[in-house]
Amino acid sequence: MEQSQVLEDITKVFIKVLGNKNIKLTPDTVAADVEDWDSLNHIQLVVAVEKHFGIRFTSTEIQSWKNVGNMCESVMKRSAAK
Amino acid sequence: MLSFAELKSLTKGDVEGLKKIKLAIVADSASQFLHIALKGFGRSVGLNLDIYEADYNQISAEVFNPDSELYAFKPEYVCIFRSTERLLKHFYKTDKAARPVFAEEEAHYAASLYAAIKEQLKAKVIINSFPELDDSVFGNFANKNAYSFPYQLRKLNYLLMERAIADHDLFINDMNALQGRLGRPVVFDPKMYLAADMPYSLDFLPHIAKNVLDIVRSVSGSFKKCAILDLDNTMWGGIIGDDGIEGIQIGDLGIGKAFTEFQLWLKQLKERGIILAVCSKNTDHIAREPFERHPDMVLHLDDIALFVANWETKVDNIMYIQNILNIGFDSMVFLDDNPFERGMVRNGIPDITVPELPEDPAEYLEYLRSLNLFETASISEEDGERTKLYQEESKRVQLQQKFTDEAEYLKHLEMVSEVRPFDSFNAPRVSQLTLRSNQFNLRTIRYSLEEILDMAGSADYHTFTFTLSDKFGGHGLICVVVLKETAPGILFIDTWIMSCRVLKRGMERFTLNTLIAAAKEKGCSTIIGEYLPTKKNGIVANHYRDLGFTLQSDGLWALSVQEAAITENFITAK
Repeated sequence: MEQSQVLEDITKVFIKVLGNKNIKLTPDTVAADVEDWDSLNHIQLVVAVEKHFGIRFTSTEIQSWKNVGNMCESVMKRSAAK
Repeated sequence: MLSFAELKSLTKGDVEGLKKIKLAIVADSASQFLHIALKGFGRSVGLNLDIYEADYNQISAEVFNPDSELYAFKPEYVCIFRSTERLLKHFYKTDKAARPVFAEEEAHYAASLYAAIKEQLKAKVIINSFPELDDSVFGNFANKNAYSFPYQLRKLNYLLMERAIADHDLFINDMNALQGRLGRPVVFDPKMYLAADMPYSLDFLPHIAKNVLDIVRSVSGSFKKCAILDLDNTMWGGIIGDDGIEGIQIGDLGIGKAFTEFQLWLKQLKERGIILAVCSKNTDHIAREPFERHPDMVLHLDDIALFVANWETKVDNIMYIQNILNIGFDSMVFLDDNPFERGMVRNGIPDITVPELPEDPAEYLEYLRSLNLFETASISEEDGERTKLYQEESKRVQLQQKFTDEAEYLKHLEMVSEVRPFDSFNAPRVSQLTLRSNQFNLRTIRYSLEEILDMAGSADYHTFTFTLSDKFGGHGLICVVVLKETAPGILFIDTWIMSCRVLKRGMERFTLNTLIAAAKEKGCSTIIGEYLPTKKNGIVANHYRDLGFTLQSDGLWALSVQEAAITENFITAK
C-alpha cells in the first residue's frame, strides 16, 4: 500500500474517532498539532487504526512513533507482512 | 451492542427529559474510558448519569475517609471497579503462608468497603466479580492447590456472592460471567493495559456499562415483568394449523430439541415470576392443543397467564394483554420468529422490547441469554405465584361481566383483608412493592429491605400492610402505607402504594378507614397526604380529592380525623 493511501485512510480514522472533520494529517504531523489528540484519545486512535487495517502493532513500535509518518510506516510494514 | 466510539458520541447528546442518576466510579485502575462508556450507555437507555470519577487507584482513600469527595458528591450508586491484574500483583506480594487465606482477606476488605460506604450514604454499592485468570503457575494442578491464584480468585468470587446475599444493598457486577461469554481476548488488551493501566479493551467497555446499568435500572424499578410468546416456529417448529399435533417439531422430532430447551428456560423464568402470555395468529382451540395434549411440551396451559390466539393484529392483541395485566409496555418482551410481525409490533408499540431473534431456532436461547433481558434486583416468595394470580383475575373478569351493578359484583366477591404492620416476614414483599410499583404510588419513594426493617422497628413510623383475598383466591400483600408523625397529632402519609391488580375493589376506602381508626387510636387529629407526580402515576392524581381530603395552600392534602366519614366498601377485616 502507498504511503499516500495509508495517510488518507488514517486521516479518515482520526476524523471519525475525534469527531472533527477539519483534521488534515501529513507525515510530519505530531500530536500537539491536532486538537484533542491527547494520551487518552491516542489509545483509541491506535486501536481504531489497528482495526481499520486488520493489523496489530507492538507496544515498542507504538512508543517509538514521533509523528504520523512513523505510524504510516508501521502500517505499511505490517500490512505487507500479512 | 453499541461500540465504544458510538457511546462516546452519545455523551455529547441532549439530556433534556432524561432521568438523572448520581453514580460514583471508584477504581483501582484507569477509569476514564469506563466513565465515558457508562455515560454514553446511560444516554442510550434514557438515563442522564451524573458521574463522579475518583482519582486513579484511590479506593481505600475515598471510601475510608468520611470527608472525601466521594461522600461530598452523595451518589445514589457507588461502583467499585477492581481488576484481576491488580489482584494478581497483590497476590504475588502476599507471603506464601498467607496465600491460603488470601480470598478471605480480600472478601473481608470488600465487606469493609461496603460497611464504610453504608455508614456515610444510603447508596447501593456495586462491585465486580473478578474475571478469571489462570496465571499458569501450577497448570491444572491449581485446582488442587489452595496456594494458587486461580484457586483463591474463584474462592473470592464465591465469597463476594455470599456477601451480596447478606448485604441487601450490595450488588455484583458479574464481569467474570461477561468474560465467560465473550472470552478473554475480547476482555483484556495487553497493550492498553501496558500503555495506560486499563485492564479492559475498548470492545469490552460497552458490555461492562450495560451490565452495571442493567443493575441500576432494575434497582430503580425498570425491569421486565412479562414475556409475550408467538407459537408457530417460536414455541415449536412448524405450523400447528398445517402440520397438526403429530407434525410439529418439539422433543425428539426434527429440530424439536431447540424448542424444548427454549421452553425449559421460559418455564424457569415463569417460576421466578415472569408472566408468560401467548399471542398467536391461530384458531384458539388449535393453538391450545399442543399445550393440552402434546407429550413433549414443557409449557402447559397453567404456565400461561393469558392465552390470546385469534386473527386480529398482534398490536391489538398485545394492547389487550397489557390492559388485563395492567403493567407498562416497557416491562414487556415480545418474542416472535417473524421479522414482519416484529416490525409491526415495534412500530405500533414503541416501548415494548422486541429482540431480533436469529433465523435459526437453534440460536434463540443463546442469543436471548446474551441480552440479559430479565435482570432483577430482588425476589420474593410471591413471584412464582404470579401466573396463578392473573389466571384468577381473568375468572373475575368473567364474573364481573354477569353483574350490571358494581356493588352487587363486589359483594359477591366476598373480599377479606388482613392488616399487619411491617415485620421480618412481609418486609421483602413490602420492599419489592416500593421498588416495582410505578402506577398506584403516591410519592414513589423506593425502600430497600434494610430500610423497611428499620421502619418496622422505629417509633416514628406507623406501618401498614394489607392483603386481599376473595372467593376466587388470594391476591397476597397488595397495599402498603407508611405514616410518619411529623408533628404532635399530625400523621403524614409517607408512602401509599397499591398493586394495580386490585383496582376498583374499594380497597382504597378500606385502607383509609383503617388509617382513620389508627389515627383515632393514637389521638391524632389530622392526616396529611401528598401526591408527587411522575410519568407513570397519573392514575392517582386525584386520589386524595376522591377520598375527601382538602387541598391546602402548600399543595398538600389534609383530612380531619374527627370529621372524616367512614366510607362504604365491601371488604371485611380478617
